[in-house]
Amino acid sequence: MPIPFSAAPSALADYPPRPVDAGRRSFVKYAGATAAALALAGCKKHQQIPGVVEVGSGDAGALNFAYAQEQLQAAFYAQVLAGDYFRNLAAGSAEQQVFTDIARHERIHTDFLKALIIQGKATPIQVLTVDFSAVNFGDRHAVLSTAQLLEDTGVAAYNGVARFFTVPAYLLLAAKIVSVEARHAALIRDLLTPNSFVANDVVTLAEGTSLERPQTPSQVAAIFNTFLAPGSTLDVTGLY
Amino acid sequence: MNFLNILTQLAEVDSDVLDRLNPRRAVFASLGTVAKRSALAATPVLLASMFQKAYAGTNAGNPVDVFNYALTLEQLEADFYNKVQASPFFLTASAADQAAIKQISKHETAHVALLTTVVQGIGGTPVTGNTFKTSVFATLTSFAAQLQVAQLLEDTGVRAYKGRATDLQGIADVNIPGVGTINPLESALRIHSVEARHAAHIRGMRMQTAWISGTGDLDTQATYQGATPESNTTQAGYNLTMAGVITPSVTYSATDVAAAFDEILTPAEVLAIAMPLIGA
Repeated sequence: MPIPFSAAPSALADYPPRPVDAGRRSFVKYAGATAAALALAGCKKHQQIPGVVEVGSGDAGALNFAYAQEQLQAAFYAQVLAGDYFRNLAAGSAEQQVFTDIARHERIHTDFLKALIIQGKATPIQVLTVDFSAVNFGDRHAVLSTAQLLEDTGVAAYNGVARFFTVPAYLLLAAKIVSVEARHAALIRDLLTPNSFVANDVVTLAEGTSLERPQTPSQVAAIFNTFLAPGSTLDVTGLY
Repeated sequence: MNFLNILTQLAEVDSDVLDRLNPRRAVFASLGTVAKRSALAATPVLLASMFQKAYAGTNAGNPVDVFNYALTLEQLEADFYNKVQASPFFLTASAADQAAIKQISKHETAHVALLTTVVQGIGGTPVTGNTFKTSVFATLTSFAAQLQVAQLLEDTGVRAYKGRATDLQGIADVNIPGVGTINPLESALRIHSVEARHAAHIRGMRMQTAWISGTGDLDTQATYQGATPESNTTQAGYNLTMAGVITPSVTYSATDVAAAFDEILTPAEVLAIAMPLIGA
């Protein structure tokens, strides 16, 4: 079966061209060659925007980006569990168990990533202030569709940030988490729309390849930022 | 069974395959720098280019043989789902379950098509007729029994991919003239997460949790064991079930911790699971 190489899905065209490792190399070069003041200045890639959380660059940036995502997800499911939709579920129902489990997984991911960042002698980003005021936690469709957006975006986030890890152990840990996020995503999608676990809006079957659709960290951050309060929105430009 | 699985299987026929790929930056730097952005369809081109370079000037085999071997394995999975759909037990499944199997089967068929294109693209003749062993399939005398195998295949796939992720670490983006730019690690992970979605759904069809908690009905199978079993609760040196280990005064259950992380299988472990299923 011929594969039309020219049939390029538009999503992938959005990666900005960038010299490989240019940021890290130039940082190392200048930090090593200049006075302390300049090295310190080199840590800031650009003027810090007030009220924006910079995840940073390199391994610490990638871990902090993951930590931010898990914080957002954990906070979301905490609100789900406190909301009327969840509280009105029948005791022992499948959906009650699903949301209870996922909430714990995201809490574990959050706490673990923070500990991992500290273990690596980097600084975790702040505890983010979320804003899910647009979500009606009493409504099943609102809860599930928001969960679906967060989970699908979460999978794309890990897939997109993986390239920024230089430490193999960090990449492996991210890979251990991303497939669990994909399991969450598949199940949530099935709860919202039966058999949509690999629908063509997330997997490229329509193009004949069956790969998860990609999103860059900046595309992911734009989605996450719609659920983050002023002062907690993410700046991921350090990753490039 | 895709990119990382292919590497795993290749390691069996050519134990030096990863060493061959090792001067990765040189290999990929030589592939050209045309900056046209696109295409998921670049994956087979990447594979072809990579293996052509890796095997150039060696006696270890040629890319046609290598890709035909990978294609053989894709055909195994595709054939399994074809056999499921052709079996009389398929009609006992609900319409929704039939639709799900058809969707997953389309993915596997797409992978076969991709690799077939690759073999043709590098001047070879694609292999045909590689099947899931009939004698093994014949023992699956219900749709439920077939789904058990599907679950084991999909979860094995997830673990096999993950076991090879770090082998792709640090490989630069590849610009392929006329096609576009892809990142090899990202491409592999994008297959990996699709496998996990398949696994989650198959598990749901079997009334199992979408995630592997160490308490499922098949969790004693080899797919979930290995040097690092899915019941593992220690990550980065932290035993996450111990009170306050990562967060003061917070304790997590072994079930939740095990479910929150998927683990890897080594190549030898994957082969021990997969090889008995391949044959006439």
